[in-house]
Amino acid sequence: MSGLESPATRTLAPVPTPLVRGASRARAARSADAIEAARLALLRDLQLAFRKRSQLIQPLAFFAMVTLLFPLAVSPELSRLRELAPGVLWVGALLASLLALEFLFRDDAYDGTLEQYALSGQPLTALMFAKTLAHWLLTGLPLALMAPLAALSLGVAPAALPGIVAAVAVGSVTLSLIGSIGASLTLGIKRSGALLSLLTLPLSLPVLIFGARATQLAIHGAPYLAPLELLGALAILGITLAPLAAAAAVRINLE
Amino acid sequence: MPSERLEVENLHLWRGERHVLRGVHFVLGRGACLEVCGANGSGKTTLLRTLCGLIYPEEGRVLWNGENVRRDLPAFHATLAYLGHEPPLKSDLTARENLHYWIGIRRQLVAEDLTAALARVGALPFCERQVRTLSAGQRRRVALAGIALLAVPLWLLDEPATNLDAEGRDLVADLICEQLARGGMVVAAVHQGLPPSVGNVTRLELAA
Repeated sequence: MSGLESPATRTLAPVPTPLVRGASRARAARSADAIEAARLALLRDLQLAFRKRSQLIQPLAFFAMVTLLFPLAVSPELSRLRELAPGVLWVGALLASLLALEFLFRDDAYDGTLEQYALSGQPLTALMFAKTLAHWLLTGLPLALMAPLAALSLGVAPAALPGIVAAVAVGSVTLSLIGSIGASLTLGIKRSGALLSLLTLPLSLPVLIFGARATQLAIHGAPYLAPLELLGALAILGITLAPLAAAAAVRINLE
Repeated sequence: MPSERLEVENLHLWRGERHVLRGVHFVLGRGACLEVCGANGSGKTTLLRTLCGLIYPEEGRVLWNGENVRRDLPAFHATLAYLGHEPPLKSDLTARENLHYWIGIRRQLVAEDLTAALARVGALPFCERQVRTLSAGQRRRVALAGIALLAVPLWLLDEPATNLDAEGRDLVADLICEQLARGGMVVAAVHQGLPPSVGNVTRLELAA
């Protein structure tokens, strides 16, 4: 049949040829390496987050409200507030980071991005790590930067602030990583919020304990390096294991 | 490269109580196209997802160049492009940004290639708009540009012409023809069948 139409197709032929040539050039193009892939996955999430700022601000607003309402509810007495500060800061940070978790993979699972990640031929572990890093940059890091403000409102001396920022920054890395496991495990479940907190909160308790301890020591002007190092150790353990677990969970959920 | 071949041997798959794939069997060589037909729920999508390794079949094997794809899934994935029935696009990014990230994760991409691909599918006029403002057909065109840009030998397309107008359906046929002409392979799940302009098509009928 194509033989019969050959005069017509011959006149049309010049149109598709450059495209075929372009395609063969494309085939010669080198594939991206895993680091480039992870960099793009990170940039994509950051750009997306800045397109919908309300989602970005929600956990921060929550953290600010919890810590600022506390003095009103308890007592304006600074010595009492100072005693409560570590607990308030850390429970606030923990719940705020949990609040942001639901969005970590939700949209990507819904619009098929995770499927494309899994079929990209790139290590899914690297892509999951990039996504988790983006999540930390968008929630953990801003929480750490906001912590001094909250601490000051709780009557903490300015000298304690560097220790508090360090503790929240390092601790929130682990929270994001634990969260990535929980979020990827609950991908297939609608309204997974309750289950997600049930999964991640118990795992987050070491971070809460050591983080609050480091903060308490910093407030009292005592050396806080020991609990901070433990937080660091937890973060490194998380960095090495959590992306692997998250990638495996995503693959199971795509089936 | 010369002996690229997709073989599927006796694929069986259950979903719960349902025996969805009952001994699917085919061989696809360079420049060949397989159209998977069947009623809704006959397992067209399931077959495509099994082929690309997202679903583990209970029985049977998928072979790429004679090797079980399970041996090295990432290497197999690097040779295929899968387009599900929803275009994998972010509604808050523009069409161009979407392709930049989606395709860039897999291969190095220069801006001219991207522009050429967008022009090819007629998406250039709306490529700077956020995908949320695009119609379903326009999104489909952008997704097709992505598949063409990947420049891989094996395409797995799930209802590639959904939401497209007549001209868009011709575009799908042209893209498939070009892919076959350069020695690629296409497996397309199509409800109504591929347009007759696509040559070298084998038909696989799935029973409901």
